[in-house]
Amino acid sequence: MLHIENLTAELPSATTRRPVLRQVDLRVGTGEVVGLVGESGSGKSTTAKTILRMLPDGTRVRGAVRLEGQDILDMDGPRLRELRSRRVAMIHQDPRAALNPVRTIGDFLTERMVHTLGHSSRQAERQALALLTAVGITHPEQRLRQYPHELSGGMLQRVVIASALAAEPELLLADEATSALDVTTQAEILAILREHQRRRDLGLLFITHDLHLASAYCDRVYVMYAGQVVEQAPAHTLFSSPRHPYTAALLGCTPKLGDHTPVRPIPGRPPSLGDVFTGCPFAARCPAAEPACETWQPVHTRTAEGGSAACRLLERHPAESLPTTSPQEVHP
Amino acid sequence: MTVQTATSPAPGRRSAQPEPPPGRGRLLRTGLRHVRSWPLPFTVAAAFLALTTVAALLAPLIAPQDPQAIDLNASSAPPDGVHLLGTDQSGRDLLSRVLFGARTSLVAPLALLLCAAVIGVALGTLAAWRGGWTDALVSRVTDVMFAFPGLLFVVLIIAVFGDGLTTAVVALALAYSPVIAKYTRSIALSERAKPYIDAYRVQGVSGFSICVRHLLPNLAAALLGYLVLMFGEVLMGMTTLSYLGFGAQPPSSEWGLMVKEGQAAIVQGALWPALVPGTAIALTVVAFNIVGVRVSDRLGARER
Amino acid sequence: MAVRALRTSLTLVLTLLAASLVIFGAIYAAPGDPAAFLVGGQEDATPEKLAAVRAAYHLNDPVWSQYGHWIGGAATGDFGRSLQYSDQVSHLIASRLPTTLFLVVYASVLFVVLGTALGALSAVRRGRLDSAIVAVTTLLSSIPKFVKALALVALFAVQLGWFPVSGAGEGFIGRLHHLTLPAFALAMAELAVVTRVTRQSMLDQYPLDHVTAARSAGLSEGKVVRRHVLRNALPPIVTMCGLLTAGLFAGTVVIETAFGISGMGSLLVGAINTHDFPVTQAVLLLMVLAYMLVTTAVDLVHPVLDPRVRLHRSPA
Repeated sequence: MLHIENLTAELPSATTRRPVLRQVDLRVGTGEVVGLVGESGSGKSTTAKTILRMLPDGTRVRGAVRLEGQDILDMDGPRLRELRSRRVAMIHQDPRAALNPVRTIGDFLTERMVHTLGHSSRQAERQALALLTAVGITHPEQRLRQYPHELSGGMLQRVVIASALAAEPELLLADEATSALDVTTQAEILAILREHQRRRDLGLLFITHDLHLASAYCDRVYVMYAGQVVEQAPAHTLFSSPRHPYTAALLGCTPKLGDHTPVRPIPGRPPSLGDVFTGCPFAARCPAAEPACETWQPVHTRTAEGGSAACRLLERHPAESLPTTSPQEVHP
Repeated sequence: MTVQTATSPAPGRRSAQPEPPPGRGRLLRTGLRHVRSWPLPFTVAAAFLALTTVAALLAPLIAPQDPQAIDLNASSAPPDGVHLLGTDQSGRDLLSRVLFGARTSLVAPLALLLCAAVIGVALGTLAAWRGGWTDALVSRVTDVMFAFPGLLFVVLIIAVFGDGLTTAVVALALAYSPVIAKYTRSIALSERAKPYIDAYRVQGVSGFSICVRHLLPNLAAALLGYLVLMFGEVLMGMTTLSYLGFGAQPPSSEWGLMVKEGQAAIVQGALWPALVPGTAIALTVVAFNIVGVRVSDRLGARER
Repeated sequence: MAVRALRTSLTLVLTLLAASLVIFGAIYAAPGDPAAFLVGGQEDATPEKLAAVRAAYHLNDPVWSQYGHWIGGAATGDFGRSLQYSDQVSHLIASRLPTTLFLVVYASVLFVVLGTALGALSAVRRGRLDSAIVAVTTLLSSIPKFVKALALVALFAVQLGWFPVSGAGEGFIGRLHHLTLPAFALAMAELAVVTRVTRQSMLDQYPLDHVTAARSAGLSEGKVVRRHVLRNALPPIVTMCGLLTAGLFAGTVVIETAFGISGMGSLLVGAINTHDFPVTQAVLLLMVLAYMLVTTAVDLVHPVLDPRVRLHRSPA
């Protein structure tokens, strides 16, 4: 359904010296939950913004972002607004910031229905009540009249999800949708999101910095580093057998229950947009790096688990190498 | 929960106590931020001010005519070879009058700003240093003065003590001193909280000595920047009073008074007598504002 | 809310009383005999005249009682008699107030409408238009009101003949015609301030997440600007417009003088020039009252525009 091909994006800022996204390939199938994992600045949020064409003015974008075959990058104004209002919905990281503080919850929910979907305001209000009930909010009539600052973060994120569902989109983008919430609320929100995704057979692009969460929650996971996809794999295999050293390092630097191996932080710092790479971007921090990695241009190699990874060391097994840069899909 | 919005005008401000002339310094600054990065206006403005100052100093030498010389044959004449900027209704040479008028028009605001600064800085520092009832008293007094919008407090003083340049200067100095006191108090409070002040107090240095030797010198740059930014406004206030007839008195050629005297000629179609001094005022204020923003930024005046 | 309103009103009353005390006490600040001062320095002040003034001002009573008489009279609309016009001060004011109110309202409408429009245009368009608007409005606020007034008269009244040179006009249309130039001269500096506040306040809103969220929900840019950027930028704009409107009363002193309009401002200037102190006191008191009332109203309106302040300020 969503098909990103060879996407490269360059920001107009003077301090950036490399593309914020470089040759990103990514697919989300209908009804599929796809995780997008990386440290801050890895380009995962930029990828989501590109899908809605929300990048800053002057950003240069190459490649293609297709939704059901239509290239989003070529859309004109009305088509773009239709895409944003009906086809792709975004769940933002911080619900408190995403809601206009001077408007009521009711305004927030009905605004989109009235102004972009053309509902009457009474119809919109009815639907808003139904949606609030569906995402597990009690006393929905009362909530509609309340202001964002009167509700808890978990409650607000349910409101944001309700609003995202209002348009009955094909694809949901959840950008760190639960990172700002405490753990128990996080679990509830994840369950609600999953429930509605399944019921409506939505594609879900789940963006997070938490690899464990992604591999537990998603069907398939993409790992990004310095604007590039370094590995993609079915979620269950990623956890047990990471193929890219960065994925392995990410798993190694979070402690696990019942595992007493010491936590190993990744040496060095995440790359900024001012850093330029001559070869593999992870080479400087990679425990297995060899001198040749410094000049090796990353290409994806298919792995035995059905994913792919962009590491030079995997190329030593010619039987598994693929000449293509495009990661292969597991699900149709 | 307490959400203090970033948009509320002044957090913690007591209700119904209006602000001083609403944050002109800050507004001027945001307004002129564009201009600042562009060096040409600054250079032109600075050159204009330098020229005006020199002209004021050398007025007796460079003025082509006697500013008081009446020539009723050349009444309200447009510019010609003899009168480069024309004449007023009494046939006095406008260029000469504007040049001589620059003296009063620049010195009066400077004098009143200095007076206001002495009173305002003293009160502001006192309020910040002593705190308690001293602070409360100073704040109440300034609040009552802020209840008089615009120049009305000045007008009241003039109504009581009569008009004239000296009264106007004193009245304006009194009216502007609370504005300066308020600013001084706010920056003195934050400076006072710094550890070095405590260090002096621990050594037993007297409060007066700390204020004069340490606190004020550290505030000097910020205060100077603030005063520079006020100059244009003060000049406008002074010329406005003279225009109303409350400031400089005839036969002075103070610019505001010149505009007042030239006003009648406008209806008769003679624009020069009012517009020459009017333009002089406008150009000087604009130039001072452009230069003031740059200078106050350099001196690090803190935004209110 | 109620407690807040009560406290605000109490502060208003106290400040007004303090200001009125200053206005009244000014008599005693004048050098010499207060009665002689009130007679207005007339050399021919006969003992009868002085006695009349002493009686009218209760100058033989204790100071507090004198103030009580004066402020009590003011509260009921009795400001005493004008020494110059030999008429009730209240009559003089009643005949001049409508013109001044018309002028102030006209000027407020001008700077509120044009100021927010220009500011919004500046914020939405950015670039060269923005720089031009900022430069021109800044320039306008750097020129004294009386210079702007005379420049407008010179150009639009004398040269082009579109508007009358002076006077206030008769009837609504006549007034509108006569007061257009004065209103512009009065409003231009305020217009500049409102433009800058609107521009800055909107620019502060643009990068916020809720604006991005509204845009990402497919709202058209016009609706994003109106419903989110401008709406949320309103509180500081409204506050500033209110404060500036309050300050306009003081501005009429200069503008009415420049345009020869018979209003409160020119009444004040005339009263000072003729040493007509009862009139001076009355006009000053009313202008302070108007200023304080409007600023208090602004303070009370603020929470209506920003629900967060409503919550914050309501006492627990």
